[in-house]
Amino acid sequence: MTDVIATNQTILVVGGGISGMTAALEAAECGKNVVLVEKNAALGGRVSQLYRYFPKLCHPVCGLEINQRRLKQNPRIRVLTMAEVTEITGGEGDYTATVKLAPRYVNENCTACGECGKAVDAEVPDAFNYNLSKVKAAYLPHKMAYPQRYVIDPSIIGTADADKAKAACKYGAVDLDMKEESVQFKAGAVIWATGWKPYDAAKIQPYGYDRFSNVITSVEFERLADIHGPTKGKILRPSDGKEARNIAFIQCAGSRDENHLRHCSRICCMASLKQTNYVREAYGDEGKSTIYYIDIRAIDRFEDFYQKVQKDKTVTFIKSKVAKAVQDEKTGDVVLHGVNTEGYHRYATPHDLVVLAVGMEPSVMAANLPAEIVSDSSGFIEADPSNHAFFGAGCASNPLDVNRAVQSATASALRAIQVVNRVARVEG
Amino acid sequence: MSENYRNNFLKEVEERVEEGHWVKMCMQCGVCAGSCPLGAHWAHPPQELFMMIRAGKREEVLTSDSMWMCTSCYNCVVRCPRKLPITHIMHGLANLAYRLGLSPKNQTTQKFASMFWNNLAQTGRVNELKLSLGMYFKDGFGQGIKNAMAMQSVGLGMVKAKRLNPMELFGGHGIKDKSGFHAMLKKAREIEDRRKNFA
Ligand SMILES: Cc1cc2nc3c(=O)[nH]c(=O)nc-3n(C[C@H](O)[C@H](O)[C@H](O)COP(=O)(O)OP(=O)(O)OC[C@H]3O[C@@H](n4cnc5c(N)ncnc54)[C@H](O)[C@@H]3O)c2cc1C
Ligand code: SF4
Ligand code: SF4
Ligand code: SF4
Ligand code: SF4
Repeated sequence: MTDVIATNQTILVVGGGISGMTAALEAAECGKNVVLVEKNAALGGRVSQLYRYFPKLCHPVCGLEINQRRLKQNPRIRVLTMAEVTEITGGEGDYTATVKLAPRYVNENCTACGECGKAVDAEVPDAFNYNLSKVKAAYLPHKMAYPQRYVIDPSIIGTADADKAKAACKYGAVDLDMKEESVQFKAGAVIWATGWKPYDAAKIQPYGYDRFSNVITSVEFERLADIHGPTKGKILRPSDGKEARNIAFIQCAGSRDENHLRHCSRICCMASLKQTNYVREAYGDEGKSTIYYIDIRAIDRFEDFYQKVQKDKTVTFIKSKVAKAVQDEKTGDVVLHGVNTEGYHRYATPHDLVVLAVGMEPSVMAANLPAEIVSDSSGFIEADPSNHAFFGAGCASNPLDVNRAVQSATASALRAIQVVNRVARVEG
Repeated sequence: MSENYRNNFLKEVEERVEEGHWVKMCMQCGVCAGSCPLGAHWAHPPQELFMMIRAGKREEVLTSDSMWMCTSCYNCVVRCPRKLPITHIMHGLANLAYRLGLSPKNQTTQKFASMFWNNLAQTGRVNELKLSLGMYFKDGFGQGIKNAMAMQSVGLGMVKAKRLNPMELFGGHGIKDKSGFHAMLKKAREIEDRRKNFA
């Protein structure tokens, strides 16, 4: 049985992405006890799935590594992975959380030696690569995974593969008898940092994401560029594996649209500007990026980044919301149709690959939260007094880049600390 | 009355055009222009018309034949990210241009629309035979005969299917209370004139 020791002076942080990790660390480094609950098998969230991040274009490894080191050093944080909060009852200073823990079939003895992965035959879709590739059914979630512990996919439990994994492990780490558990514990304040998910691109009918193999999303493009991705970092298009040199980026794919997401997702302009750098990195002057946009929203200090990309001769900007995409059956090229609003010129332009800069929506809609929470019309958690000691952080509260997500997480940690301080004064 | 709107065409559109108050919501994304099946054939797609309205290009907008080309397919309306009722605005603009006497002469859809209206307003029922003949002969007698010959088989088919009655040529049928109907149209016109500043 998993034991969680917590009191009304404990802060519960839900979601272990960059925001949740930050909030947990800030609170713990101020001397508070924290339980950090993450649904996936490893911390890191969406940031770990980026190839590089703007504005400095460093690899996400750096930021994550620092946080992981801080986590390891801090005994005040209890991390629960493969865990989901199912219910939160009570009120400010006196919450009770119920958390469901899925079985990992691997215990703390795991050294991540990888022998179990070699032993099993079955493969499962690799969620880390947005299912663009497969991974062995005994796997490490990703290279930077924290904790560095393997997972055995539930699909092989009860098969010979599971026994092979167990036999391969020299450390007694494979435990095939693990069962789903439910734990309950107290908390004085809750920081909700469950982040975002990409808008379902198949709903944008005219762009044909569900029909055309060479129309992909921006999150998938991050994986294509990454050395640990499905193409080992080569930018190849899905239909025929050809090098995709002439790439179109369609902005506001699902955002700023009453038929889809009403809000501006705020980071996708910067994401596409950044991704033109991936094209340049891969193909130099031979590469060609075309950004189709309504407005470029590179907010405040990101303007410099925008100007730098504007100077790149391989990048073209076309002020137009693309009307429709059609994939040519023979060549595999995707032809984009629309009107360039600077001069009202009609175009029908072929590209090797089309990347949809998909919008961000909350990964858990406020309506589905395990407590009554006030949110805005897009489902992001509001800073509303009637939410009491339940604070949104990072992309659960707004579409934000990493820097702003971290600021928001620090702010929520401060609010939560104030609550548990009040509890401490009362309890003495 | 257009004095009221001097140098403010957007205001005029908001007050005198059906759904005209939506024009200012357009964010110039271009998706309506790109989605319009007829867009390639007109001078100005909807998005451009909306920009011209905001730029105060009254003359150019109202004398344009663009809004008369709209077939009400609603492609633009379902795609517009701001949910503008574009089709309605197009027809509203056409109507304003017509009322001000600025619409292009001999524009086919405009001709058809006024013929249709005059036909309907007389008896309260559309006389399809007279309406189609009117359309055939709108460009003169010779062209009319040619058009009628070309459409002969369609016409005969309609007669056979009882969708067209040749006897309609002699007067045709109408509604019961014609004078009541005419009084109603007159009243509606008065209300519209007052509301849209045509008095
Ligand atoms: C294409 C693209 C490129 C981007 N590039 C950049 C960039 O270059 N630079 C930059 O600054 N920003 C970039 N961003 C934005 C960046 O991804 C976000 O700012 C960042 O992910 C926010 O972190 P977060 O912790 O708030 O959310 P997330 O990263 O989404 O983390 C949320 C965590 O919560 C977990 N979770 C979800 N639901 C539950 C639940 N019910 N219970 C428990 N846990 C749960 C998730 O598994 C996840 O680990 C990009 C975004 C996109 C779409
Ligand atoms: S479970 Fe065992 S075999 Fe698999 S990685 Fe861990 S220690 Fe190695
Ligand atoms: S950030 Fe750019 S691409 Fe994203 S929704 Fe806003 S304007 Fe559109
Ligand atoms: S689709 Fe809507 S918002 Fe876009 S240009 Fe047309 S009217 Fe304007
Ligand atoms: S409704 Fe009219 S303007 Fe709109 S797409 Fe159809 S023809 Fe074009």
